[in-house]
Amino acid sequence: MKRLVIYLMSGAETPELAEAAVEGGADLIELGFPFSDPLADGPVIRRAAERALAAGMRTAACLECLAAVRERVDVPLVPMTYASLLEAYGYERFADDARAAGAARLIVADLPAGERPDLHRVQLVAPTSTDERLRLAVEHTDGWLYLVTLTGTTGARDRLSPELAGLVSRARAVTGLPLYAGFGISTPEQARAAAELADGIVVGSRAIEVAEAGPRALRDYVASLRAAIDAAVPAIIG
Amino acid sequence: MSVGLYGAYGGCYVPETLIPALDELAMAWDQVRGHGPFRDELDGLLKTYAGRPTPLTLAERFAPGKRLYLKREDLLHTGAHKLNNALGQGLLARRLGKRRIVAETGAGQHGVAVATVCARFGLDCVVHMGAEDMRRQRPNVERMRLLGAEVKPVEFGTQTLKEATSEAVRDWLATVESSYYLIGSCVGPHPYPKLVAALQAVIGSEARAQILEAEGRLPEVAIACVGGGSNAIGLFSGFVDDDVRLLGVEAEGAASLVRGRPGVLHGARSSLLADEDGQVLDAHSLAPGLDYPGVGPEHAFLRDSGRAEYFSVDDADALEAFRRLARTEGIIPALEPAHALAHVANLDAELVVLCLSGRGDKDLAEVVGL
Repeated sequence: MKRLVIYLMSGAETPELAEAAVEGGADLIELGFPFSDPLADGPVIRRAAERALAAGMRTAACLECLAAVRERVDVPLVPMTYASLLEAYGYERFADDARAAGAARLIVADLPAGERPDLHRVQLVAPTSTDERLRLAVEHTDGWLYLVTLTGTTGARDRLSPELAGLVSRARAVTGLPLYAGFGISTPEQARAAAELADGIVVGSRAIEVAEAGPRALRDYVASLRAAIDAAVPAIIG
Repeated sequence: MSVGLYGAYGGCYVPETLIPALDELAMAWDQVRGHGPFRDELDGLLKTYAGRPTPLTLAERFAPGKRLYLKREDLLHTGAHKLNNALGQGLLARRLGKRRIVAETGAGQHGVAVATVCARFGLDCVVHMGAEDMRRQRPNVERMRLLGAEVKPVEFGTQTLKEATSEAVRDWLATVESSYYLIGSCVGPHPYPKLVAALQAVIGSEARAQILEAEGRLPEVAIACVGGGSNAIGLFSGFVDDDVRLLGVEAEGAASLVRGRPGVLHGARSSLLADEDGQVLDAHSLAPGLDYPGVGPEHAFLRDSGRAEYFSVDDADALEAFRRLARTEGIIPALEPAHALAHVANLDAELVVLCLSGRGDKDLAEVVGL
């Protein structure tokens, strides 16, 4: 079965939202730990980070949020953040405390494979990654590989990136690990098309926008994604 | 393996999408940086287009009792040292086959230099600039537009250089296959700090030869202002292997070396103005080119090793030095090097070389309005 990953920003309402997302069919929750200068993020997540920081969601509060989410849902939880937070908190200490608070793995958007190899984390690969970079990422990744579907920042796009198919095909050639595709996936149609290629999909920006209307809206939206990816027919790609 | 390290600083802290382009850039630079046609073409442009070498001017009335020499980057075409770097990277971009140049700018000096190079080479140019900086550096916005560049206002966060840099990186992230990111200072991911330092080294090598010719000896002190730190690293490179004190002067409200902590911003680990959680703080300076909470990783390394020393100067002292240089020497400096000028009075050294990194035309409205 294809996996559905939903990204939420840490905040007071996040445990309730995470519960709604899981009710709607999310298999994994990515939890944003906000950073002041998120280079990989488009406007929606950047603004969500600004709001979270203004509301006091610093590292300790995010870890508490993670633990609170852990109490409400039993799917894997994966903090997603930027290196500056780990730099300040201590890389090892961050990994330890996140795990203690219930994190299954970590994602750090500005730590490409090769940088800080001591920190075990999910590696991201992109359409621009060379085959050599793909192999390095596979060698170092934790559990699955995050395929950035497009060349750019997070955020909804009009259509699924045409670059995803080629990236999946190149990644399959070097690993049997699960491949989860994210960035630019927002509609059920895009979710289904991406799920026909990859083993899972990640939805962030659109989930954050929908979550502003409350848990019920988020649950319904996630359910629509769930139905779409469950209807996906695996594509045969060469 | 981490690459591009200066001690514990530097590195390549960017999304994976950019890594292949950075690798390609590092390789291209390694191929051309020695003697050869690339260097010859760059040297030719620096001489016949940019106006190098720039003079070294003794400023006796500004600093009585000292022998203060100003390295006159203010006389370079476009009015600041930024053109040294923009020309070199422009040639690299052309070599890499990139037709679109993306850049950030604070004071607008780097933006003008990039727009100039793009006009000269026939390249498309997009400059990201904070809305607050666009307001306070209006003449440079007009210059960039006149040169054919598109200036994109950045209207969130501090609306200054920090956000402009983030937006330039995001632009590059989305256009990396067709665009070249022409970074303006010795900051950012590897290989940019190394590349920019090498392209600005011309300041130090000229200044060294010129002071030896003028005085028959090396200076006791080489001093420059530090925002990202490119004019300082360029000046320092001429004297780093000599018994010469290297001093960098930051703006009081943007003193990432004097008061920073280790952190990661815009692709490199360096010394930053950040809080205890690693969130980057806002910088504040009258000089837009210094109004940045980060600094090049090599400066953080030079500070820790003790080879260079860093001080800070507040807005009021910088303004006083700005006015005094105008009245005593007939030179209107940019507000950025006015910080270094202000620190000269605190030095117990006699023979000093100071990098006058840019001219102050761009600052007149802001200064006169105060």
